[in-house]
Amino acid sequence: MAKPRTYVLVPIDTNTVTAGAREVKNAISAEIGKRGLSDEITVVETAAFGPTDAGVLVAVQPDNVVYANITVANVAEIVEEHFVKGRQCKKFILAGEKPVLPKAGETDSRKLQELGRIVLDNCGVIDPENIKEYIARDGYFALGKTVTELKPEEVIKVMKDSGLRGRGGAGFPTGLKWSFCAPVKSKEKYVICNADEGEPGTFKDRLIMEGDPHKVIEGMTICGYAIGGNKGFIYIRGEYKLSIQRLQKAISDAREYGFLGKKIFGSTFSFDIEIKIGAGAYVCGEETALIESMEGKRGLPRLKPPFPAQCGFRGKPTNVNNVETLANVPPIIRNGADWFKKFGTAGTPGTKVYTVLGHINRPGLIEVPTGVTLREVIYGYGGGMKSGKFHFAQLGGTAGDILGEEMLDVPLDYDAMQKNGHVLGSGAILIVNDSVDIKDFLYSCMKFFVHESCGNCNPCRNGLKIIKDITQRLKEKKGYEDDIDGMEEISMILKSSAFCPLGQSPAEPIMSALRYFKEEIKQGIDSKAVKPTIRHTQRDLITLAPV
Amino acid sequence: MTVSEIVDRRGNNRENLLQILHDIQDSSGDNSIHRDAIEELAKIMDITVADITGTLSFYTMFSTKPRGRHIIRLCESPPCYIMGSENILDALQKKLGVKLGETTPDKKFTLEPSSCLGTCGVAPAMMIDDEVYGNLNAKKVSEIIDSISKSGGN
Repeated sequence: MAKPRTYVLVPIDTNTVTAGAREVKNAISAEIGKRGLSDEITVVETAAFGPTDAGVLVAVQPDNVVYANITVANVAEIVEEHFVKGRQCKKFILAGEKPVLPKAGETDSRKLQELGRIVLDNCGVIDPENIKEYIARDGYFALGKTVTELKPEEVIKVMKDSGLRGRGGAGFPTGLKWSFCAPVKSKEKYVICNADEGEPGTFKDRLIMEGDPHKVIEGMTICGYAIGGNKGFIYIRGEYKLSIQRLQKAISDAREYGFLGKKIFGSTFSFDIEIKIGAGAYVCGEETALIESMEGKRGLPRLKPPFPAQCGFRGKPTNVNNVETLANVPPIIRNGADWFKKFGTAGTPGTKVYTVLGHINRPGLIEVPTGVTLREVIYGYGGGMKSGKFHFAQLGGTAGDILGEEMLDVPLDYDAMQKNGHVLGSGAILIVNDSVDIKDFLYSCMKFFVHESCGNCNPCRNGLKIIKDITQRLKEKKGYEDDIDGMEEISMILKSSAFCPLGQSPAEPIMSALRYFKEEIKQGIDSKAVKPTIRHTQRDLITLAPV
Repeated sequence: MTVSEIVDRRGNNRENLLQILHDIQDSSGDNSIHRDAIEELAKIMDITVADITGTLSFYTMFSTKPRGRHIIRLCESPPCYIMGSENILDALQKKLGVKLGETTPDKKFTLEPSSCLGTCGVAPAMMIDDEVYGNLNAKKVSEIIDSISKSGGN
């Protein structure tokens, strides 16, 4: 068989499928076949590599051309021009800066560092449903090295030295988390991959799983070896159909190749992975609620301690990590802790995958070293504001902080954000222009929380409802004189007394919005509005009947 | 598939309850979990009816009310909201002639609100059954509904 000279990469992910990517891919294959070019040109199904707002994308390698907004009707023209006549079709080329695409063979660490991609280095480049393509890019090398050369404590030491912090939002050091679980004596220990990505605006985990499922599987298996567990679970949202399908295929392929199962790489280590499907509950992203849900119960958070490292799934020691965190593991083991620390800032080494969206020119998925600023994200990667003036950004999803213009130049890493009284969160960056009223936006945030509150504890169940009512009044410009004080008071109650992070975090958008946009929020107060006789104070909160 | 077949396939274990409920709902014909199915399941799995009902009512993907053949889940979370999800809701309600949470009289569609679907890159977005539809506007919504109505046969 002739060696292909050109590869046509068509990202098939949830975003592009909505724009007809499957049909376009089939049309390209058919057109290439019709012209007798099948030996020279190979069409590969990949996954997202960046832009999410440019319809169906088609990348041609090694020509390094990306076509955007392609429909079946354009296919014949592109094939004719590009592949038969050898001319690039300028009118279809993706506008603005080209997304950074690693070329085939660029797996060595120096190149990767230039590109700044650790987690997404395969996304959009390989066929996620073909295990051989993952292996060809050094896939499962780290697992082999782990089980044949390293002791579990050495793996944990590498992870600790690398300084990797959990990418789910809280930023807890991963190596340290593993070291809690490793020494606990138990016959059974579990590794759970938290793929219950529910934070509005965050969909990086979905794109990682759709684009490079084997990396997550490899990361989990290495974690299993390090903590002494033999069984892994991926708890994934029921809505993520394509991710589920690709993970299932990846797991069965990995079993077939001996990367999962008994005696991996001829060692004494055995490990297997199962997928657990959620049923729609935001709170299940909290690790103990997730474990409850995995046990087939209501997803109510557990009281901590004991932490899952001591008593988790089925009451056994359990380590729970986010998808992106686990995807960082194989590259770290392969290249070493020092290599990893060359990326990003000292306090948060490595990269961070963000989904950038809202009123910007180029919404999409990006992976950047930690420490880049919001300004760079908006005006560099995001291509600037699409319309209107920058109003505010919300970082890390609906439970994240709302930031004003003052914060545009603060580096995005866990420490710098904390120093400024903010949290980095899960990786969503929502950019909003001045057409959106902050009061209206807060109302939409609170509506979300009221719906997602599990109802277990009083501050969350009732407090959120009260804040939602306040924001509704404010957006309708019918706010009472002391509504802002009330909002602050209840936010503080939530922060200090709600049972789990879901109940505590709604204080973040409220308090940060009040910090930057108090004047704008005050405009929602109607000085003539009649004050009700009952005020919601802390005491009311406790005595209020359940909603 | 009957309830007992589903339980046999998934394994009679509390841990598999969510998956079993998914399967029961998928094979119910009206996208819901019927009372008699819950009672049967309670007997087979030795879990009380109250416990099963309590569990399923916790999760938004399950319903005990009969629903249409196609479930429309419209994202209402902030990223879609700022991109105009309220207009999409209006368009859907007008097109289908039902309000949020209701089923069309021909039992074809149920319109439900949804939290983030993780497709914010193409906001405003909705999911109909397993398919995601993004970058919506009133015209697109109308076309999508028409095409599903047609292809869905009856």
